[in-house]
Amino acid sequence: MDLFPNFHSPIARATNALMDDLIINYGDAFEAVSNAVLGVLLLVEQALRAVPPGVMIVLIGLLAYAAGRRVVFALASAAGTWLIGALGMWDAAMQTLAIILVSVGISVVAGLPLGMLAASSAHVRRVLMPVLDLMQTIPSFVYLIPAAMLFGLGKVPAIMATVIYAIPPLIRLTDLGIREVDAAVVEASRAFGATRMQILRSVQIPLSLPTIMQGINQTTMMALSMVVIASMIGARGVGEQVLLGLQRNDSGQGLVGGITIVILAVVIDRITQAYGRRLQRHRAGA
Amino acid sequence: MALIELDHVTTIFGRDDKAALAKVKAGMGKVELLEQTGHTLGLHDVSMDIEAGEIFVVMGLSGSGKSTLVRHINRLIDPTGGEVRIDGENILALSPKALIDLRRRRIAMVFQRFGLLPHRRVLDNIAYGLEIRGVARKEREATARDWLGRVGLEGYEASYPGALSGGMQQRVGLARALASDTDIILMDEAFSALDPLIRSELQDELVRLQRATGKTVVFITHDLDEALRLADRIAILKDGQLVQLGTPNDILLRPADAYVEAFVRDVNRARALTVDTLKQPPALRITEETIAEALAVMRQTRTEVGYVIEDGRYTGVVTRASLEEAGASTATAASLSEPQPGIAADMPIETALPTLLDAQHPVAIVNGSGELTGIVHQKDVSDVLNPGRGAVAPPEDERPAT
Ligand SMILES: Nc1ncnc2c1ncn2[C@@H]1O[C@H](COP(=O)(O)OP(=O)(O)O)[C@@H](O)[C@H]1O
Ligand SMILES: [Mg+2]
Repeated sequence: MDLFPNFHSPIARATNALMDDLIINYGDAFEAVSNAVLGVLLLVEQALRAVPPGVMIVLIGLLAYAAGRRVVFALASAAGTWLIGALGMWDAAMQTLAIILVSVGISVVAGLPLGMLAASSAHVRRVLMPVLDLMQTIPSFVYLIPAAMLFGLGKVPAIMATVIYAIPPLIRLTDLGIREVDAAVVEASRAFGATRMQILRSVQIPLSLPTIMQGINQTTMMALSMVVIASMIGARGVGEQVLLGLQRNDSGQGLVGGITIVILAVVIDRITQAYGRRLQRHRAGA
Repeated sequence: MALIELDHVTTIFGRDDKAALAKVKAGMGKVELLEQTGHTLGLHDVSMDIEAGEIFVVMGLSGSGKSTLVRHINRLIDPTGGEVRIDGENILALSPKALIDLRRRRIAMVFQRFGLLPHRRVLDNIAYGLEIRGVARKEREATARDWLGRVGLEGYEASYPGALSGGMQQRVGLARALASDTDIILMDEAFSALDPLIRSELQDELVRLQRATGKTVVFITHDLDEALRLADRIAILKDGQLVQLGTPNDILLRPADAYVEAFVRDVNRARALTVDTLKQPPALRITEETIAEALAVMRQTRTEVGYVIEDGRYTGVVTRASLEEAGASTATAASLSEPQPGIAADMPIETALPTLLDAQHPVAIVNGSGELTGIVHQKDVSDVLNPGRGAVAPPEDERPAT
């Protein structure tokens, strides 16, 4: 008798069988989702690339100013964006930005309701939290394979994998933010006859918005950290450039891609954080 | 039928409150219940009627169940057993929709920690109840602006609550409750977090607004001075049980047990008690028609002083000595009458004290139209203010404790 029974084959076989099953029976559904996501992505990508770089640089500067109300910060953001163009990475950066925007968009659409649900029910939270832990600890390659099988190679599985990797902090912080809202204010709202939706809309969401914004910020950062991995299953953009550098043993190319990712990260991070801080103005008693 | 009725309400906090209720009904006490089952007895078989238009104060030490009780009225907390009725309807049987409607239209609430929306301007906070109810922006802002002025917050409509002092924040809380135009307002330790000066300011404001609007106010406090200042009637809770319910004078003059007595001990009685508690029937009324026999009556009843009534109004006193001197046949009430000011029955004794101390004779109690309704003997004042030193006869027309 062998000390180790063979668990490998049954698990692998069952998983493959499940995947086959999904593809055969729900292939159409996956394709429909895939097409929808792709449609949105192409729209965003086209829009971003249609904007002349000069205009884009100004827009980013204005956005940074609107978020933080600081001129230095706005100028630095614009300069960073200009540098991306100077590095010859403009088109790649716009492709990456499109993937990030769509991934974060999907994360928000799915993550906010899940976070709110978790906040309102201890049962939901007990089930959801271990799943989130799992999503963050499983190496992304593990779900990159089934994602590619279900949605085909290319941008859509890359986005799906990015969403799986990036959505947990948003759900967690939405849940936390809503549960942290002063119970006295929620009670007051209830006492005046607010429905659950009204409590959510007039009290819980606005008061947890700074925390939710933190979640969006973290989700965005994590999505950005996925770009190189996502490019392995066919996502275009900056990640692809880094990957090419790797494959061709071209350190220079890799570094240029790396710098671009850092610039994107810093600019996006600062803008979302500044916006989150501005949401807390009333706390200072303005 | 009272406006709000609590009917044998028992409230238990814990997982299996129904099973715990059976144990309580079988006679288990609060301490025992907690030790044996881990359930907390919040309220224990409480019944009371709250009348429309009164300020009803619920008082008790921390943990006695006050907050729980007041939250039964708008069902922020549901009792385990018993009924809560408003206008005779058991609100525990309301559908979720009807309950929300009840909260929107009948009952507003003011909280100890204000419960304001920190991300909204003062004006939007005051309009919140109306907004929830679906009143259009223009209309609700007009109403809110009106109340903003009535609670003395002009100029602050665009401020955020965080920028206001505690007292001002609670004015916003009060305005929010009043603007909702409900007939019932619940106030859970609404002034307890405020400085004494601000607190008494808001107490006066509340009484003024309540008298002006005729709303029913259920006011929770752990402070007897506050209760006495505001209340038409006071209910006293101890460990979830109702130990006494009555007018402020009832509570002060006839505390039901040692717990209430301990509350009452340190009260400034001269301020809390009204002249009413000292009232005795007038000994002798003298009019022009009766002045001739007055001296004879005085001699017979050994009274020293009579109270002169002209055209139904009290005007002054006549002493036996002055009657003896004048000789009964020639005396007229008007010529012998010495002026001595009267006092009102609802005055705090403190306010009436100068008049009482100045007067040579027992002082007349007069009502709004100048009629004599009773008198106060100075010697009773010290008895009432220092209850340890002798029993006080209950005034005749006092309502019995309900
Ligand atoms: N949600 C709750 N869970 C458990 N026990 C509670 C809860 N709310 C109140 N209690 C208990 O019920 C009793 C009455 O509380 P409360 O009505 O808040 O008293 P008060 O307002 O007079 O201080 C206390 O013993 C308190 O600990
Ligand atoms: Mg309380």
